[in-house]
Amino acid sequence: MKFGIVTFPGSNCDYDAFRGVVDVLGEQAVYLWHKSHDLQGSDVVVLPGGFSYGDYLRAGAIARFSPIMQEVVAHARRGGPVLAVCNGFQIACEAGLLPGALLRNASLTFLSQIVRLRVENADTMFTNRYTAGQILRMPIAHGDGRFTADDETLDRLEGEGRVVLRYVNAVGACDAESNPNGSMRAIAGIVSAEGNVLGLMPHPERAFESLLGSSDGLGIFQSMLARVSA
Amino acid sequence: MSRYRVSVHIVPRQGILDPQGKAVADALHTLGFGDVQDARIGRHIVLDVQATTPDAAGRAVRKMCDKLLANPVTEDYEIARVEGLP
Repeated sequence: MKFGIVTFPGSNCDYDAFRGVVDVLGEQAVYLWHKSHDLQGSDVVVLPGGFSYGDYLRAGAIARFSPIMQEVVAHARRGGPVLAVCNGFQIACEAGLLPGALLRNASLTFLSQIVRLRVENADTMFTNRYTAGQILRMPIAHGDGRFTADDETLDRLEGEGRVVLRYVNAVGACDAESNPNGSMRAIAGIVSAEGNVLGLMPHPERAFESLLGSSDGLGIFQSMLARVSA
Repeated sequence: MSRYRVSVHIVPRQGILDPQGKAVADALHTLGFGDVQDARIGRHIVLDVQATTPDAAGRAVRKMCDKLLANPVTEDYEIARVEGLP
């Protein structure tokens, strides 16, 4: 399976994703330059973390207009899988691939820490290697991660099982302290209506092996392998 | 065509938590400005545009706000001022 990893000016997790896919997963990966219009036959597109275009205006607002994004949106509209991590999540929301927006953390501070996440839906192409209710550990590193949407959108996301990951504490419950950035309903990750775009603030590509502190992120990539190659 | 300077205010929508605004309101209270009920912090953008009339310049900037300058999910905007440039 071929993973196309988009590099915007200011991306900084593209190499993490590349190394994880090639060295740990043993699959193919290519970098896709933001000015290109060619997805190079990628089965999966990864929008990586970073600070594309310096986060000018709003995080993800400018990256959305990169030439490659036209192809990424077309790929998503065809049902192609898109994994949008951190800045990639912000870009996916700005591009209309996912609902809502990611605003400044409620604490106003940049957060770089390990968080716990509860798998809310294990029946997606990104989470089928987990079990519902499973607790994962992954790092976050962001200043703008507070997921925000209107009540109607939030209710729809919940009702359709599209809230995939939620911030929780050590015993798997949501409380104010386990929600690092003040996200509405402690939402850490959501999928699109068709289920082929996952946006999440935590970094699965930085949780590929125990040497990095956690290997819990590997399951996201393995899930895609199981589903997309099947 | 004439040149116009168009100023836009973009602020977080009412009801959406604005932690910066809240921090500033708290600081103002500490300084004794107890009359402050709320503070919201946004952006002020000044654009120099070509248009046939001031109204057309305002309409063009509204389109820019809808497409890029403001996030329709979380922000409101208003054209604060349109002034003709020599």
